[in-house]
Amino acid sequence: MAGKIRIRAQQQGDYTEVKALMRHPMETGLRKDQAGEPIPAHFIEEVTVTHKGNVVMHAYWGAAVSANPFLGIQFEGGAPGDEVAVVWTDNKGETGEGTTKIR
Amino acid sequence: MGMTIIKSFTFTMSVLTAMIVQAQEGIFDEYREMMGDDNPAVFVIDEGEEYWFAPAGPKQATLAECDLGLGPGVLEGAYAYLPRYFEDAGRVMDLEARLEFCMVELQGRSREDIHAKPYSLRGDQGTEMEALAAFIVDQSSAVAVSPSQDRPEERAMYALGEELFYYRAGPHDFSCATCHEQAGMRIRLQDLANLDSHEGAAGAYTSWPAYRISEGVVRTMGWRMRDCLRQQRLPELVMGSPASVALQTYLAVNAAGAELAAPGLKR
Ligand code: HEC
Repeated sequence: MAGKIRIRAQQQGDYTEVKALMRHPMETGLRKDQAGEPIPAHFIEEVTVTHKGNVVMHAYWGAAVSANPFLGIQFEGGAPGDEVAVVWTDNKGETGEGTTKIR
Repeated sequence: MGMTIIKSFTFTMSVLTAMIVQAQEGIFDEYREMMGDDNPAVFVIDEGEEYWFAPAGPKQATLAECDLGLGPGVLEGAYAYLPRYFEDAGRVMDLEARLEFCMVELQGRSREDIHAKPYSLRGDQGTEMEALAAFIVDQSSAVAVSPSQDRPEERAMYALGEELFYYRAGPHDFSCATCHEQAGMRIRLQDLANLDSHEGAAGAYTSWPAYRISEGVVRTMGWRMRDCLRQQRLPELVMGSPASVALQTYLAVNAAGAELAAPGLKR
């Protein structure tokens, strides 16, 4: 059920706080299942946060990030009502996206 | 002289260990605070809702009419009254036993099918049972734990649970009480509560089922019982078995009155 993002953006005075929780297994590729078979790597590689279409954060992630990762960032220049989006792409080319309005 | 050095060394070591433990707990509390409402269990709750309304089994029926004790399909608050006696089944059931009953009765599924893999193994993203448990317990949020003890069967379950809690067995001669009878003690870095006290049982019982960060899945209270019996070096606990129901009844009754805050967030 990869793909889901729960995202919230809140204006805190002169900056906007974005919190995003992503549904993703974040498999390192180094683990074995109960039967001893390797579990294939499956993790988010890139995460982008945009504010009204402009990139405010772009990150490269790897296998060391936890399952169902939580991202918290702050940026300046936002205002209540503006749209904020979070998009990720993983090593299998799958993507996830979530949008919200700044509250 | 040599003795003094060794003594002060061990003293320093224990102070250090205490500091490390404090720091660890602090970090975890900080983490919990930072996560706020962002417990990854929110995804699992949604998945549980999908399972609840999805036709399954030979009868291609949903669980929507499953009676968790407050009437067919009534979910709000239902978890808080479990374990309880069910007339139609003729026995006391915990959530997992009851879900199994509904899967068999409503959906026509077999016991083998339901018990094949109730809990996630390494690499799994969650099971139907885990998702249903998260979905159902969420609808008893802030409801006081109120297991019925009106019927003799329910009181007998509590008595059995208490007996099991103190029953020493296995290669190390452990009982639950060996690890869980004193407050303020810990194993590895885990603080262990006194589950025989209201306060200790309440803290534990109201926070399960829970999302376990170390495993990336929601674990049920039945799983918690099974994993502790494993730590006790006893045979694998069967989901929904009288032993599982008894232990949960014991904890629920000890915790009675405390408000549920599950799914919780565990290390
Ligand atoms: C060998 C020691 C040991 C034994 C015996 C043991 N447990 Fe545990 N128990 C633990 C540890 C350690 C944890 C915490 C695990 C963790 O955080 O990963 C735990 C956690 C729990 C919790 C959850 C507490 C919370 O606040 O989340 C419950 C409930 C529990 N045990 C019940 C039992 C019961 C019932 C038995 C007997 C069937 C039992 N335990 C036997 C060590 C033990």
